[in-house]
Amino acid sequence: MATVASVQRPIERAVALRLDVADRIDHLPGQHYVVRLTAPDGYTAQRSYSVASAPDDPQVELFVERLEDGEVSTYLADVVEPGDVLEVRGPIGGWFVWDGSTPALLVGGGTGVVPFVAMLRAARDLDRTDLLRIAVSTRTLAGLPYADELVAAGALVITTREPRGIRPAGRLTDADLIPLWEPGQTAYVCGSTSFAEAASQLLIGMGVPAPAVRIERFGPSG
Amino acid sequence: MTGPTRGFLGRRRRDPRLPPGQYDAGRDWPVLTAEPTPRITPETWSISVDGHVEQPVSWTWDEAHQLPRSEYRGAIHCVTTWSKFDTWFAGVSVDTLLEAARPTADAQFVMATSKTGYTTNLPLEDVTGGKAWIVWEYDGGPLPIEHGGPVRMLVPHLYFWKSAKWISRLTLMARDQPGFWEQNGYHDRGDPWREQRYQGD
Repeated sequence: MATVASVQRPIERAVALRLDVADRIDHLPGQHYVVRLTAPDGYTAQRSYSVASAPDDPQVELFVERLEDGEVSTYLADVVEPGDVLEVRGPIGGWFVWDGSTPALLVGGGTGVVPFVAMLRAARDLDRTDLLRIAVSTRTLAGLPYADELVAAGALVITTREPRGIRPAGRLTDADLIPLWEPGQTAYVCGSTSFAEAASQLLIGMGVPAPAVRIERFGPSG
Repeated sequence: MTGPTRGFLGRRRRDPRLPPGQYDAGRDWPVLTAEPTPRITPETWSISVDGHVEQPVSWTWDEAHQLPRSEYRGAIHCVTTWSKFDTWFAGVSVDTLLEAARPTADAQFVMATSKTGYTTNLPLEDVTGGKAWIVWEYDGGPLPIEHGGPVRMLVPHLYFWKSAKWISRLTLMARDQPGFWEQNGYHDRGDPWREQRYQGD
């Protein structure tokens, strides 16, 4: 069980829930939690949410994108208040995780940056931000969660629906990623199915070996 | 058991065809894969059955299509909580492949391996008796590559991570060994009706 400590709204149509988790097991950056809701008649609905906080953070921060017809995300975004108790399960997932000691290229699309925020925060705690290279694609800067934190960490941020600096609106290309890639890195790709497909094929096209590419695709997670 | 969540009523209609905690994805068919989508052509694809068998056998695309056709019509269930009703797959029954390879008496489990190196383990009894297929057709057309085409495994009574995309090998084993997701926190068997999502369920 977890008690909601605070509800933050980092961007429109999303909330970040900071939770005090009872009997917590430390997560690895990149892992997720499941939140399970129970109706009075016993009906349950559960969804997975990425953890944005570092393992050393005394609380667990879950980022929840509010989907219009999302049964769980609308509840978490619209109804939940500090002090509420939620049934949570986690940490979950042993694949899309960073071990804190190996070089990594992180390629995120939109809200797919959330596991990378956890990795970045963990790297700061470990004083190993030198291991991470981050590239982010987002429609607009205002729609990117944790944008300030990512930019401050030196992330390359590409905007597809608005110009950014002297660069016109446009997609992430291999020319963006080639300077960030070094042999020995593990490449992590997280975003929508179409973003993950496009970004992973960019990496493969650059010569990144397929076994070095780890992907987290968002299904509909209402 | 925990009590109700404050203020949560549950908006979706209860559908008795849905296992607990699942929702109907309707026409959508989400894609969830942990690795890059491989480019596999029918000419380069083959399926092998090996391990604890009397006769290791392998089939090319053309050879597999000569085997008796078998279809599945019904629901599929993903551990990420979507279910999809009224799917229609066609290919060959795993029973047909096993009849040719003849599992030895000590074979109890199967490791399914994809071209990508993805693996998933299953009890032999979960892939025999008309419960599992190797499929190359969806809805009357070729199986799309993002859904595991040209050929995937189909074990629809278990969560869908057991239905390995881009299947290329079935290895019969005397002892159980965890596959990819089973080593990464997911349940060893994955029965959606018992909500066996994660280790410990």
